[in-house]
Amino acid sequence: MIEALIKFLCAIVWFLLLSLYLTWAERKESAVMQDRVGANRANFFGFRILGLFQPLADAIKMMTKEDFTPAFSKRFLHNLAPFLSFFFVAVTISTIPFGSHLMIGGKEFRLQVIDLNVGILFVLALLALSIYGVILSGWVSNNRWTLLGGLRGSAQLISYEVALGLSLIGIIMVFPSLKFSEIVGFQSELLFGWLPKWGVFLQPLGLIIFLMAAMAESERVPFDLPEGESEIVGFFTEYGGLKYGLYMFTDFMKVLIIACLLTTLFFGGYHVPWLYADGFHFPWGGDWLLPHGIVVLFQVIMFNLKVFFFCWLQILIRWTYPRFRYDQLMDFGWKFLIPLSLFNIAATAVLMSL
Amino acid sequence: MIPIYYFLILSAVLFVMGTVGFLIKKDLITQFMCVEVMLNAANVAFIAFARSASSLNGQIIVFFIITVAAAEAAVGLAIILLVYRQKKSIKTEDSSLMKG
Amino acid sequence: MAVFLFILLSLTCIGSILGMILSKNQAHSALYLILAFVCTGGLFGLMSAPFIAAVQIIIYAGAIMVLFIFVIMMIDIRKGLSPERKKWILYPSLGIGLVLIIELIFILSNTLVPSKAGTIESFGSPKTLGKVLFTKYLYPFEITSVLIIAALVGAIVLVKKKEEK
Repeated sequence: MIEALIKFLCAIVWFLLLSLYLTWAERKESAVMQDRVGANRANFFGFRILGLFQPLADAIKMMTKEDFTPAFSKRFLHNLAPFLSFFFVAVTISTIPFGSHLMIGGKEFRLQVIDLNVGILFVLALLALSIYGVILSGWVSNNRWTLLGGLRGSAQLISYEVALGLSLIGIIMVFPSLKFSEIVGFQSELLFGWLPKWGVFLQPLGLIIFLMAAMAESERVPFDLPEGESEIVGFFTEYGGLKYGLYMFTDFMKVLIIACLLTTLFFGGYHVPWLYADGFHFPWGGDWLLPHGIVVLFQVIMFNLKVFFFCWLQILIRWTYPRFRYDQLMDFGWKFLIPLSLFNIAATAVLMSL
Repeated sequence: MIPIYYFLILSAVLFVMGTVGFLIKKDLITQFMCVEVMLNAANVAFIAFARSASSLNGQIIVFFIITVAAAEAAVGLAIILLVYRQKKSIKTEDSSLMKG
Repeated sequence: MAVFLFILLSLTCIGSILGMILSKNQAHSALYLILAFVCTGGLFGLMSAPFIAAVQIIIYAGAIMVLFIFVIMMIDIRKGLSPERKKWILYPSLGIGLVLIIELIFILSNTLVPSKAGTIESFGSPKTLGKVLFTKYLYPFEITSVLIIAALVGAIVLVKKKEEK
């Protein structure tokens, strides 16, 4: 019990800190892409360090703003809605494995908060529940435009959840388990004796469908119809201060959790190619034996590097593509992604039975 | 381990609450929700029996009940929407005529 | 620990269903019902049915209730709400409820099966459940897909506005 609590605290602190600095990364990366400097003014006794204090300044600004509730809206529900979104996304991190086992004094600690035997379904269930934050905020603001925004947003989230779930079925077929630890375990094997058996090599189509559906779930630019701040009124227009900040923060948390899921399901999780429990065994011959602590350290660093890469990739996509129109968005989900994922399932079944 | 009759009593209480709610509410949507509560009470009982008899059949039946409930909700809500379009009301007493 | 969790979840479940019946606003009723379904999902998890628990939350709380809330949002709440209830219906229905619960508890206390000691570890896990579902219950499972398609098409045909002639 205590052990699980400590692990959960470590995971959630890692998760929240990285999401906080993802805002900084997004500002800097967009600045580099657009040939600007980016946020660099926030300082601490004159030290600027590339604007690394900017997220803290943003947080202080959000917290000290007025906590506004529009007239005629239910105060309790109005406060509850952003916390619903935030909570269900934040809990998701507890299923992600950060490394294999850590031995301390003969006792074995699994570097994963909770290893459910329906892990993937649990993540899907939490994502399904986080929709209520969107619907509720649109409805409770007592404003026609936010209501429409909430309906638009929840319709998008539900539609793309189907494609998301179907794209994961291919992964469940090639790695026959719903447990995250076992899925990562299967990926430590080798294909043809040298290629790591990662999900991306077995399910390339599944990866593409998952990435697109997951980016639609994160409500960011190619798919940001729920918010669409420059053209249409989104569901959290009536929110200000810390509650608005929570919605923005939840978006970044979704980016991070998608990077974690991509890493865990398609890119071998914490596995470093050819690194085993006792060190490297290269396929071209030659071993490099390492003590247990260094191996675990390598695994955790590798996991973080992969997660950073996918966060970078998502920010890159977000600042490259323009927004879909709403009917294009729905057509893309229902008429392209879902048939494609069904085709992927059928093709996987045929290839596996050969 | 939790004794099975706890679950059965819970299931009975849920079912009765669904029934009473269905009888005293006057709008179609809440009545429909009460039907879902009654289905759910049956699910609780099935899961409890599956556990106590160590047989998976109960869980399979719950799986089918949930699927059928999804289909039923889609059609039922479509009908409620149609009733609202015709009568501009979802009260049961307003749709008492046989003619539309 | 398990008994404590059971009491917590079942009390929340019963309380939220009471709230659903007593609240005058349908959207509030729907939110209470979502809470009740999530609690039932937790109870299924306690009863070594993790797969059914996940399905319960994904389908009931994640899909069916979203449909309910969509419909509630489309209907103008101020018009669609029933302000006054006929009082005479209350007491007979409470009486029916009382009779029903006494009857149910009486029946259940007579049919209690003694539970077999020591269920196996993998009972109710996705793997065992899937094996039963795709061997013994294959045809019912396939027929369910036809049912869902029929419901989908039926719902669309019903709600679609006819073109003006």
